[in-house]
Amino acid sequence: MTTETLLWLIPLPPILAFFLIVLFTYRSKSLSHTIAVGAAILSFIGSMLVLFRAVQIEHFGEHPFTTAPYHWFPTGTSWFKIGLLVDPLTVVSLFFVAWTVLMIFIYSVGYHNFGQPKGDHDRAGLPPHGATVRDVHGRAQRVPSVEPMYSRFFAFIGLFAFGMYLLVLSDNLLTLFVGWEIMGLCSYLLIGFWYGKPSARAAMIKAFLTTRVGDVFMLLGIAYLYANTGTLNFREILYNPQTLAMLAGTPSYIVGLSAASLIGILLFIGTIGKSAQWPLHVWLPDAMEGPTPVSAMIHAATMVSAGVYMVIRMYPLMSAGLEAGHGLTPPMTFMAFIGAFTALFAATIAVAQNDIKRVLAYSTISQLGYMVAALGIGGFVAAAFHLVTHAFFKALLFLGSGSVIHGMEHGVLHTGDHQIDPQDMTNMGGLRKKMPVTFWTFLIGGLALAGFPLVTAGFWSKDEILADSWAHAPLVFVVLALAALMTAFYTMRQITLTFLGESRTKEADHAVESKWTMTLPLVILAVFAIGLGWVGIPREFPLIGGIVPNWFHDFVSGTLLEHPAALKFSWVPLLTSLVVSLGGLALGYITYRAARLGEKDPVEHRLGASLYRWLKNKYYFDELYQKIFVAPAFWLAETFTSSWMDQKVIDGILHWFAYISGVIGNFLRNAIDKPIVNGSADLVGEGAKKLGGTFKTIQTGRVQQYMILALVSLAVFSVFLFYLVRVR
Amino acid sequence: MELILNNLLTLILFTPVLAALVVMILPEDQEKLIRWVAFVLSFIPLALSLVLWMSFNPGQPGFQFEQKVFWYSAINSSYHVGVDGISLTMVLLTTLLTPLAILASFTIKERIKTYMALFFLLEMGMLGVFLMLDLLLFFVFWEFGLVPMYFLINQWGSEKGEREIWGGRKVPARIYASFKFMIYTMAGSLGLLLAIQMIGVVSGTFDIPELFARWTALDGTLFGMSTGTVKAIAFWAFAIAFAIKVPIWPFHTWLPDAHTEAPTAGSMILAGVLLKLGAYGFLRLVLPLYPVESRTYAGALGFLAVMAIIFGALASWGQRDFKRLVAYSSVNHMGFVVLGIAAAAYTLGVESEPLALSANLALNGAVLQMFNHGLSAAGMFFLVGVIYERTHTRDLQEYGGLFPLIPVYGGVLIFTSMASLGLPGLNGFISEFLVVRGSWPIFTLYTALAMIGLFFTGAYILKAIKEVLQGPLNEHWAGHITEINARELLVIVPLMVLMLWIGVTPAWILNVINHAVAMWF
Repeated sequence: MTTETLLWLIPLPPILAFFLIVLFTYRSKSLSHTIAVGAAILSFIGSMLVLFRAVQIEHFGEHPFTTAPYHWFPTGTSWFKIGLLVDPLTVVSLFFVAWTVLMIFIYSVGYHNFGQPKGDHDRAGLPPHGATVRDVHGRAQRVPSVEPMYSRFFAFIGLFAFGMYLLVLSDNLLTLFVGWEIMGLCSYLLIGFWYGKPSARAAMIKAFLTTRVGDVFMLLGIAYLYANTGTLNFREILYNPQTLAMLAGTPSYIVGLSAASLIGILLFIGTIGKSAQWPLHVWLPDAMEGPTPVSAMIHAATMVSAGVYMVIRMYPLMSAGLEAGHGLTPPMTFMAFIGAFTALFAATIAVAQNDIKRVLAYSTISQLGYMVAALGIGGFVAAAFHLVTHAFFKALLFLGSGSVIHGMEHGVLHTGDHQIDPQDMTNMGGLRKKMPVTFWTFLIGGLALAGFPLVTAGFWSKDEILADSWAHAPLVFVVLALAALMTAFYTMRQITLTFLGESRTKEADHAVESKWTMTLPLVILAVFAIGLGWVGIPREFPLIGGIVPNWFHDFVSGTLLEHPAALKFSWVPLLTSLVVSLGGLALGYITYRAARLGEKDPVEHRLGASLYRWLKNKYYFDELYQKIFVAPAFWLAETFTSSWMDQKVIDGILHWFAYISGVIGNFLRNAIDKPIVNGSADLVGEGAKKLGGTFKTIQTGRVQQYMILALVSLAVFSVFLFYLVRVR
Repeated sequence: MELILNNLLTLILFTPVLAALVVMILPEDQEKLIRWVAFVLSFIPLALSLVLWMSFNPGQPGFQFEQKVFWYSAINSSYHVGVDGISLTMVLLTTLLTPLAILASFTIKERIKTYMALFFLLEMGMLGVFLMLDLLLFFVFWEFGLVPMYFLINQWGSEKGEREIWGGRKVPARIYASFKFMIYTMAGSLGLLLAIQMIGVVSGTFDIPELFARWTALDGTLFGMSTGTVKAIAFWAFAIAFAIKVPIWPFHTWLPDAHTEAPTAGSMILAGVLLKLGAYGFLRLVLPLYPVESRTYAGALGFLAVMAIIFGALASWGQRDFKRLVAYSSVNHMGFVVLGIAAAAYTLGVESEPLALSANLALNGAVLQMFNHGLSAAGMFFLVGVIYERTHTRDLQEYGGLFPLIPVYGGVLIFTSMASLGLPGLNGFISEFLVVRGSWPIFTLYTALAMIGLFFTGAYILKAIKEVLQGPLNEHWAGHITEINARELLVIVPLMVLMLWIGVTPAWILNVINHAVAMWF
């Protein structure tokens, strides 16, 4: 098969799966998941084939795979052309997307309790509540029940995967945006998958609208870029020094910013929304309302990665006009600030969360901040590297937490105490013995997140970001190092509370390990959470550097026109990285190893109640936004626009016109018409009355007869007029 | 065949009248027969339009399939029909929506015969506006379309509801709405009629292609005023008439009333086609006849368009009535049409390659948006009608959590809403993107402000879906609400297919529009 055909075939299977399930197979659960997982496998195979072909080509960045342009729609005298592009950045993105998507698809089969009986009171739109079965002795037993909207779930994640493949493979910004928005829709549908819950319903809308804030800015950026360059094709813009120089040299509508800078900033605001950066971060933690595979999908494989992917892709534009020794371009400064701030800000919130998934949610925001900050200071390769490794270990952590929740739900079904929140870490403890596979894989993922030295992938990618920031922006370095310390701390807090020590509730006592469909993906992802780092070990790294080539750097830097050079080695970031990672982990373990149910969180002791409350309540951003944005906007919509402006003012003026006309009409009738005109016309009137008496038979009050009459008269008049005209 | 091709436009225009006559002679009590005959007959204009679409040559400049017969030679007015890419798209939209609207009207119980006949007359009125190349007959059809619509709202509109006017007086809502619709549009038409008369007197012809040359070249003094002043007055007479019809903010308040009170099929046609008459008027008459004035006042038009986009979306978000919410969404969406037209108007007579391209894209977007809004608004109104027939309420707060009860309807509603929202991959995105791209270099600030409206589009669409489908189930409806039926699916599925089709491969329709736009501007 030619590579070109292969490229087209990668995004196709998931969208076909979506339509097949929605239109035909939705009744059959097994058929639906077979189609969806089969589609994921096909896309996976396609992606891997592309990967193998790509790595065999030398200087792949200069000779990427492309497809013949498809003429999408006409624009004046020419056409808007679209196609697919695979360059080194696409290859590594395809790699993590294909793996994580496939793992998540397989995991979903087990997560939604395939093979379990139907629930007793389950209803579409609500999570399954469990079913009662009788064992051989006739004793009733509560077991998990299958998800009532099982097929629909697979249709949606199929569409989701299609959106991501489309985004990654696009050779232009417009179809990238199409994939971007399709994912927005899917995240909306899946966060609110259990739409019967008011909290899920609120979360789905919040997610869609918050990201839409970013999207409308991004749309402007796209329009701006298109207007100034006449194209949206990546290679024509980003690999064309003349175009970039032209954009960097054109002043924009805002004084002091070049067109390239303004476009870059507009596009980056799209990423702020999509990748949940401060101040548009509020939707991501609430997105936990969706089923856990969705969280993994959003946090690792697709949605938020897409935001970072886009800015990495647009990096040449962001850095257009960058000259050595002249500081960063405005979009880069903006990114460095937002990214670094978000990394630290989200990490502080994560420390005070008790919900196992929420901790991970804030850690995602924080890690995305790393990538954004890295890109802001020019660490193109480092950002891409962290994007890839993070996708694996974060998918692993989310799927692991789903497994934990599943185990806990089992315990809840067993004891029947539905007051116990199976997601609250304070209710857990000691799960390592009950769920060994989940424990070990979760531990690996956690260590990777914390950047545990040398063995984990997260260490290598995070270390590269720290090294980059040390070399270019020491202030960013300090912030990121602080955030790394907190990351290690809250990760260990999570592991300790969940798996270590003794179980704190009866439910945790009765937790059981999940099925193979759930644990197998965990094991596979764990392999990558460790091994993936080895493709990017810096050449000058003490002792082990240079044993394996720094393949990732060499390969991915080929994406850029000017290949970034590898950094000079420095001990400062390395030692910092070691200290914060190990120190944070140790601190986390010491603080929480003896945690008991009902006790105050040790952090609360240290920080004081009020600061802790701020962290626990996420600095009250939700409440603040509700007060300063949502409530005034709704007032503007309902009270101001709808009731006041339209109904009172505009309609009021219209009614006033009507009223005045009525008054004039009445005056004419009563003061002039009746006494003067009628008086003199009575005579005529009497005559007309007789005539009217004759004609009133046709006044039947039936519209159809009037219409016929009208048509007939029209015809007669036309003939008459026609005759007149001819005679003349 | 030859005969059909030679008189194609006349056939398209008058077969609805024929259909109306056939329906009228059917026996009153044969309701089923009337419905089916009307439905089948409504396919004749559609089939003819498809023939027209196939035999139309997009690359050929000027009007095609022209026919010209003297109608009133004393004042030099003739029956002159012809199509270009813009009117062709609108003709297709009209003939496509009519069968669907008739199929949607199968639940009408009273005076079906008259109802169907009125519908066909309405179709003829709208087609006449799109096809006429004679100013006087253009006006005749423009006015003609009002009458059937008035009766449809007045007689078959929703039976509930009252509207308070001055002094605490209350009138039935459908009477109020139909009256407001009729009088408001007529008020706008008055100026239009006078301006048309004046143009006819001064130029000595009502023929639109001839006027493009003669009227624009007119110079000197008229009625003791400079032609500039006269033209400016005539321009505003045209602009206001069309602005009311579109409707452009702040002339829009008839729309939520009329749409809300009209019967389902009436709303479908009202939003789907009738609003396009106004935008079409701008494209066909205002821009070519008044290039100088259009350019002068384009900024004002752009400003009003942005106001429509923002306040249309906000007002929609603030509604509690499902149908009113959808009605206001039309104000929002038509705002993009007007923004595109305004952007193009601003570049008239400006010699600049990049600006010309932008104007071209904006106009492409505007015309496509007209078509797309026709599809999505008709679809949305129909879906409101479907749920209303089952629940007899339009109050969003009385629904709630209906998704598990009516999953197919839910899926269809989400799909159609997403098309209306402009989700990429569906039709609305292409047109909105083109408008945004085209107007960005011309009206940068307005385009940026329009994004506020685009954001709130999301807010009101999601609000509707949330209130109807999601959340805890309102137990009141359990067991009482039935799934969307086959007939209803037959109405909505063609629309959905078109939405997806245009969203994925827009070239087939944009190519026709683009050629027309490129040749005119």
